Amino acid sequence: MALTDTVAPAKAGAHQSDLIAQDIEAYLHAHEHKSLLRFLTCGSVDDGKSTLIGRLLYDSKMIFEDQLAALEADSKKVGTQGGDIDFALLVDGLAAEREQGITIDVAYRFFSTDKRKFIVADTPGHEQYTRNMVTGASTADAAIILIDARKGVLTQTRRHSYLVRLLGIRHVILAVNKMDLVDWSHETFDAILADYRAFADQIGLQGFHAIPLSALKGDNITAPSPNTPWYAGPALMPLLETLEVEDDLQEKPFRMPVQWVNRPNLDFRGFSGLVASGTIVPGDKVKVLPSGRESTVQRIVTLSGDLPRAAAGQSVTLTLADEIDVSRGDVLAAAGDPPEVADQFESTIVWFDEEAMLPGRPYLVKLGARIVGAQITEPKYKVNVNTLEHLAAKRLELNEIGVCNLSLDAPVAFDPYADNKDLGGFILIDRLSNRTVGAGMLHFALRRSQNIHWQALDVNKSARAALKGQKGRVVWLTGLSGSGKSTIANLVEKRLHADGRHTYILDGDNVRHGLNKDLGFTDEDRVENIRRVAEVAKLMVDAGLIVLVSFISPFRAERRLARDLLEDGEFIEVFVDTPLEVAEQRDVKGLYKKARAGQLKNFTGVDSPYEAPEHPEIRIDTTAMTPAEAAEQIVAWLDGDQGDYSI
Amino acid sequence: MDARVATAFAPMADSTATIAPHRLTHLERLEAESIQIMREVVAECERPVMLYSIGKDSAVMLHLAAKAFYPSKPPFPLLHVDTTWKFRAMYEMRERMARELGFELLVHQNPEALARGINPFDHGSALHTDIWKTEGLKQALDQYGFDAAFGGGRRDEEKSRAKERVLSFRTPEHRWDPKNQRPELWRLYNTRKRPGESFRAFPISNWTELDIWQYIYLQNIPIVPLYFAAERPVVERDGTLIMVDDDRFPLREGETPQLKSVRFRTLGCYPLTGAIESTASTLPQIIQEMLLTTTSERQGRVIDHDQSASMEKKKQEGYF
Repeated sequence: MALTDTVAPAKAGAHQSDLIAQDIEAYLHAHEHKSLLRFLTCGSVDDGKSTLIGRLLYDSKMIFEDQLAALEADSKKVGTQGGDIDFALLVDGLAAEREQGITIDVAYRFFSTDKRKFIVADTPGHEQYTRNMVTGASTADAAIILIDARKGVLTQTRRHSYLVRLLGIRHVILAVNKMDLVDWSHETFDAILADYRAFADQIGLQGFHAIPLSALKGDNITAPSPNTPWYAGPALMPLLETLEVEDDLQEKPFRMPVQWVNRPNLDFRGFSGLVASGTIVPGDKVKVLPSGRESTVQRIVTLSGDLPRAAAGQSVTLTLADEIDVSRGDVLAAAGDPPEVADQFESTIVWFDEEAMLPGRPYLVKLGARIVGAQITEPKYKVNVNTLEHLAAKRLELNEIGVCNLSLDAPVAFDPYADNKDLGGFILIDRLSNRTVGAGMLHFALRRSQNIHWQALDVNKSARAALKGQKGRVVWLTGLSGSGKSTIANLVEKRLHADGRHTYILDGDNVRHGLNKDLGFTDEDRVENIRRVAEVAKLMVDAGLIVLVSFISPFRAERRLARDLLEDGEFIEVFVDTPLEVAEQRDVKGLYKKARAGQLKNFTGVDSPYEAPEHPEIRIDTTAMTPAEAAEQIVAWLDGDQGDYSI
Repeated sequence: MDARVATAFAPMADSTATIAPHRLTHLERLEAESIQIMREVVAECERPVMLYSIGKDSAVMLHLAAKAFYPSKPPFPLLHVDTTWKFRAMYEMRERMARELGFELLVHQNPEALARGINPFDHGSALHTDIWKTEGLKQALDQYGFDAAFGGGRRDEEKSRAKERVLSFRTPEHRWDPKNQRPELWRLYNTRKRPGESFRAFPISNWTELDIWQYIYLQNIPIVPLYFAAERPVVERDGTLIMVDDDRFPLREGETPQLKSVRFRTLGCYPLTGAIESTASTLPQIIQEMLLTTTSERQGRVIDHDQSASMEKKKQEGYF
């Protein structure tokens, strides 16, 4: 190819220059309203990626004469096009890389047309550089995946597509390059397309554009090529100019991580940050997370005056109507639709460091404007990015991707990455080297019961129990309201206390005044009621206490949950067996009467079921013995062979 | 609230602040990103500083800093690493901006360079730049113990800068290791470092020259008058027009300064900065000229001409 052919002026730029020359003000006005598209190019070393970027820069007239002169000289010296212009030389940067003829890092390029400004992240296609591609992909609105038409869908194509999908890039363009080398064959293009579509379906990549092109010759770059009459779609540049970048972020609920507390003097206290999603106007109610405090936005302060409204993507400073505690790292969110707060998550982690990720090792997590200590569990699996297979793994090595649970030292506000990249994407920092060793995407919070990490303590349960000369136990009394649970528990505690035992009573009514006062009597609330009590009882057993729990606890499943929290032999279920008629007849608190009158909903035995224990450790028949005799029976059981409570 | 901040930047029409919120323009996105970076560095570093070169990029940086922290004053000083060879108009601008914005202004002149009388005429551009700027900058950063320095570098300026991170990690010796930079994902920057280590932060990494000019125009940001064409005394040397800005300029045999209508596309030490013949005296005219011109911005800088990878070498040595 002769040089003169290559440097013919690009058609797209021509009318722009006319406007610049004739009416610069009109041009500036038009360009003031340009939008911005960030895109990523991925492909293997020989797919012609650098050539494509060079071509885009060249065709959008972003190459100046002096650069062109240098390019011509360089092309002759180190070019791979036999003395013709080597567009790849325009974008390969560092000297060492240039000699090797490869790009080894993420490089950012800029060009603009009359419709858009573009930022291109150029990332390498090498096996070992997943890290760079993930980095480039994290900020991209679109991705161009290059395929060499002669080679079709390769392993690298699959890997790049998987990463693009993983990072949640919205638009994917499959650029089938070097079509000139396959004689512009429609069949070849269709075969590649079908191949790729099958793969895209497999990874859940919904919708992509495919363009047959030649970056070297300039076909289907700025205008439809005469060589592909069978292709009816847009050329690459027009497509890039029209992809939708105003995504739905502004439609989502308001979120703003607080970066900086702005306090110029005692009369002003503002919270500065970039709005991650949604919109905000003065008067909107906001919640501060993780504290949960609420206030109202008073002003949106900027240098050029207060704003009536701010939206996702803007950096602002907000003031609130109330003096509440807000610090760097907190999240301001729509009060009516706040994000979750949690400290345990499932996440996908991409490892960047030579030193492998070790489960249980303390790292730092940066999420939004927050940095917290974190530990990662053993991966549930790692992903072979070439085959998408899930593989068992004990650790993650450089460039490996795995699904792991993440445990933070403090609760944080978050959204799943799929909903909000700013509230769901995080980096991992090594505490010693300070290197950024990985990045991850939060999926969801784990239920608190699925704690994955316990602080290792030197003084443990048996040490505490030994000091007290007893073994920690939970004596769990279950039965209908009015069956006599509290009375019996009280008597048992008196006996044990007199014996020098360390005890505590968790009583249903008392706990509902404090710990569980936010709970009602629906089935859900009853479950939560028992779960909390069981957790508290467990802590007390850990402290070495004998805990007497006096709760109706009507559901077998929840009593089972309490039993499962404890070690074998620590949970003693006592069924305080009183027939409904007897309990109702006693009606010490007058509750049955109210329930029968319909004044009390969900009352156990009346309009809510009681599931009697099938195999309690102790059964107390209150129709056959007094409370004192019942207490005696329990103490005897604890004292006896089966339940020796001393060590 | 500091009234001085507001008066210095009284924008004629602040489109970035009031434009319809549903569609951010490219400049709004860039501005928001730059402000986010500045806030992040200020929140996490102990002793940040902003390097002030008095050029147009620095002017935009000052403006962004004023916006980022308003109504507080930017919580860091300005540092000018001076060579004593800047244009007089630049020194005037420096004093004016520091006064109007209420920044603390630190000026550092390498005492060694001062004592030895280092100048571009006797010592050549490379040595002059190395001793005054590269060494001077390291001295100032060490002297004040700054752990983060904001600079106005842009990725579109030069090929090796295209790969520069927003936060560029430097060893205690101020060295930049291209193999040991931290990946930057989303808007998350890792600012953790050990004592002695530092960062250079480039909040306007993703701006292009056109973005800078357009922003200056839209936000009415004050810039040094040298950017606008005017009659100025120049001599032509090796095909470059050099302005005779003071009587230290050693005229060669038979050389007489000619009054020509010129302007500057970049500003530095006056003996090292080439002027271009121009009649562009308004911002739209400058932008028009820039868009229609066919040579890239840095060609006006004499230091870049040696070899194509020269910027990269300078960076490894600690030059900005």
